[in-house]
Amino acid sequence: MPFMVIGQNTSAKASFKVDGVCGMCKVRIETSTIKIKGVKVSKWNVNTGQINLIYNEKKTNINDIHQFIADLGHDTDKIKAPDLAYNSLDACCKYRDPLVVKDHQ
Amino acid sequence: MKIYLSIYFLLLPLFIASQNNITGVVFENNPSNNQMALPGASVYWMDSSEGVVTDFDGKFSISNTGSYTNLIISYVGYKTDTLKIDNKKFVKHYLNPASNLDAVTIRSFAKSTSVSYLSSQNITNVSSEELLKAACCNLSESFETNPSIDVNFTDAVTGVKQIQMLGLTSPYILITSENIPTIRGASQTYGMSLIPGTWVESIQITKGAGSVINGYESISGQINVELQKPNADTPLFLNSYASSMGRLELNAHYNTKISDKLSSGLYFHVNSNNQLNDGNSDGFLDSPLSEQINVLNRWQYTDLEKGMVAFVNVRYLTDEKQSGEVDFNPGLDRLTTNYWGSEVNTERFESSLKIGYVNPDITYQTLGVQLAYSDHDQNSYFGLNQYNINHQSVFSNIIYNSIISDTRHKIKTGLNFNSDVYKENVSNVSYALSPDGNSSQAINQDIYNDRSEKSIGAFFEYNFDNLSNLNLTAGIRIDNHNKMGTFLTPRFHLRYTPVEKSVIRFSFGRGKRMANIFAENQNLFATTRLIQLPVDDLKSEDAWNYGISFLQNFNLFNKKSEIILDYYYTDFDNKVIVDWENPFEISFYNLIGKSFAASFQSQFNYYINENIEFKLAYKLYNVKTDYASGRLAKPMTPKERFFINFNINSNLNDDGSQWKFDTTFNWIGEQRYPNRIPENTTSIIPIYQAPTPDFTTVNAQLTRVFSEKFEVYLGVENLTNTKQKNPIVGSENPFDQGFDTTFVYGPIFGSMYYTGLRFKIY
Repeated sequence: MPFMVIGQNTSAKASFKVDGVCGMCKVRIETSTIKIKGVKVSKWNVNTGQINLIYNEKKTNINDIHQFIADLGHDTDKIKAPDLAYNSLDACCKYRDPLVVKDHQ
Repeated sequence: MKIYLSIYFLLLPLFIASQNNITGVVFENNPSNNQMALPGASVYWMDSSEGVVTDFDGKFSISNTGSYTNLIISYVGYKTDTLKIDNKKFVKHYLNPASNLDAVTIRSFAKSTSVSYLSSQNITNVSSEELLKAACCNLSESFETNPSIDVNFTDAVTGVKQIQMLGLTSPYILITSENIPTIRGASQTYGMSLIPGTWVESIQITKGAGSVINGYESISGQINVELQKPNADTPLFLNSYASSMGRLELNAHYNTKISDKLSSGLYFHVNSNNQLNDGNSDGFLDSPLSEQINVLNRWQYTDLEKGMVAFVNVRYLTDEKQSGEVDFNPGLDRLTTNYWGSEVNTERFESSLKIGYVNPDITYQTLGVQLAYSDHDQNSYFGLNQYNINHQSVFSNIIYNSIISDTRHKIKTGLNFNSDVYKENVSNVSYALSPDGNSSQAINQDIYNDRSEKSIGAFFEYNFDNLSNLNLTAGIRIDNHNKMGTFLTPRFHLRYTPVEKSVIRFSFGRGKRMANIFAENQNLFATTRLIQLPVDDLKSEDAWNYGISFLQNFNLFNKKSEIILDYYYTDFDNKVIVDWENPFEISFYNLIGKSFAASFQSQFNYYINENIEFKLAYKLYNVKTDYASGRLAKPMTPKERFFINFNINSNLNDDGSQWKFDTTFNWIGEQRYPNRIPENTTSIIPIYQAPTPDFTTVNAQLTRVFSEKFEVYLGVENLTNTKQKNPIVGSENPFDQGFDTTFVYGPIFGSMYYTGLRFKIY
């Protein structure tokens, strides 16, 4: 039982934190990640910053998804977004700016 | 072996430790009872640093060392709850949205009637709030404040109201109750009056072809009625209603939670009218004497962890209506020529089972099963005409929902099986001039129309949503029907948002159905017309519907406004023509040539604030058919209609009290009379008549909400006392050629006042 080999799950689930502040962030995060080959469901909660994914492990892996989201400009709990990507976000989405975050509260 | 054992012992403490864990699941507590898990909610022990976050399905597991007893569950936007944990191992908790409980409530500005911005289909949702605006009484009267649906009397005696959409009458609309086809076959004429208004939770009106899932029958649109749900409705609800016409209604809902998974609701309706109304002094009752008893029992089972939802419904009703001459006494005068009278007695039993399953691990996979049975029995006579029908119907379907590659591509597929068994007989008495030309003689004909219809079909629907400006639904079904053969029903819907706040919709689709000529045209019995049937069989009706609609949202003087324009065109390949053009006959035959219904509607909605709402609509119809006598507009159908609805509420006070006022103005344009004998002449040669006059009606209702528990309403229908003079042709001689109650274009009775109360106990 403890040695059960877990095969590649075609409907694997993942849930982790992605930084963002507003509805535009939500649209960007969801519409971009759903286009990753292998991602079946992608929902991001603007209140908690939690992303919930169902994906096919045969077609993609969790690290690639983290990297993809970071490249969009959103920090994940594993990978920080490159400054270039972050800077290209719309002004209202600048989640690292305390003033912007305050605006959305 | 050894290594297994050692690992077993290594892991054992972990299992033991996990015995001391508390697991649970956190859901949102919402009125619609959608099982919405809350992922990311915080769960922690009071006065400790120990805490966890719920996972995707709202599940959590937190260790219980026994030193803490207060478990706190919190989530942004929800009220934080503290639970006392004694010996519990499993916690299921519902969090209330914060706005429900805070002293300073933040009310969202929800519209009571709203057109969807996101769906590919043109769907208008009518909420329970909207349904309260015109309080009377049953489903056929629930559309008074909605410009998309027209409500007309079918005749001047039975009080039956028929609805129309896109210029086509209700048989061309698929009317479902929680997605089970309900008003069809034998219940086509009276069915709308058999669904009490308070039972209705909301109504969804789809213009145009609609989805393939509910069958092939819808041609001009679909109306779905959602009934009250046992675990969302108030535990006890009482409503009483009385009108100046003598109509009394009583509604009682009783809902109980039997366990946290099982709820039951008992819905009881009774109405009666014993008052003889003859406002126009033609010797005929303006509204029928009636009595209805209607009971519905619902069971709702919800198991959120397993993803199961099930409903069981059982309903039984009896309905009795008496109409005709004021002096008519059924015991003495039934089926005699003493006085003209009519009785319609209906008995209906129905039951249904619905099961829905959501795969808890893969939430996009769902499976639904629906089974429904109904037995509808009507015994009736109208003067000397007799009409009896029994209709037993079985409806079943199974639907599977999933995705292709990701949630942008959704699919629905499944199977249907339906069966309809009819026992129907007609005894028709009409009159013709005797050979000497001085008197008329009665002609009797009996028609037996027992039949059985069965169909089996499969459907597939694909939906693509690019998550921003494009959403399309393409569906197809294939059915095999014992009368109609094997046929395909394709339907397509597309929504495109070119710029923010505007929506363009396009749709086309096919619909096909078997006409039930007598059940759908029961007003013919309240005449002395001769029923003319064709020599060859009546073919199935077959039509294509095309639609385009445009919705634009904008701010006018800083207030929210909406413009909706839509155009729909229904083109019949075959239609069963109901020909009223000979005033002494009614003929049914297959279409030769063209039949179409074009409908244009423009609507402007203005939301001044959350308390003031203004709707204005204009409609233009062009509904024409090639009759045996040439191409004519559909009779008794207004070409134009103008509609204004104004709604104003006072501010909602802290104690829940509020004033609400709603008024609707309707202008109904000219309608074409079928050929008829000119009034006040001795001529018997039918001629084309001038169209009906146009007219206006005004309805208004004032509601005083005293608290969440108690409210009283007072209203008026037809405030301006508009009346059609002499709606019954030949009322002085009802057992002779030319007697006809179907030339009804407007209100038969004048102003009608009503009052009622609603009482809720939580």
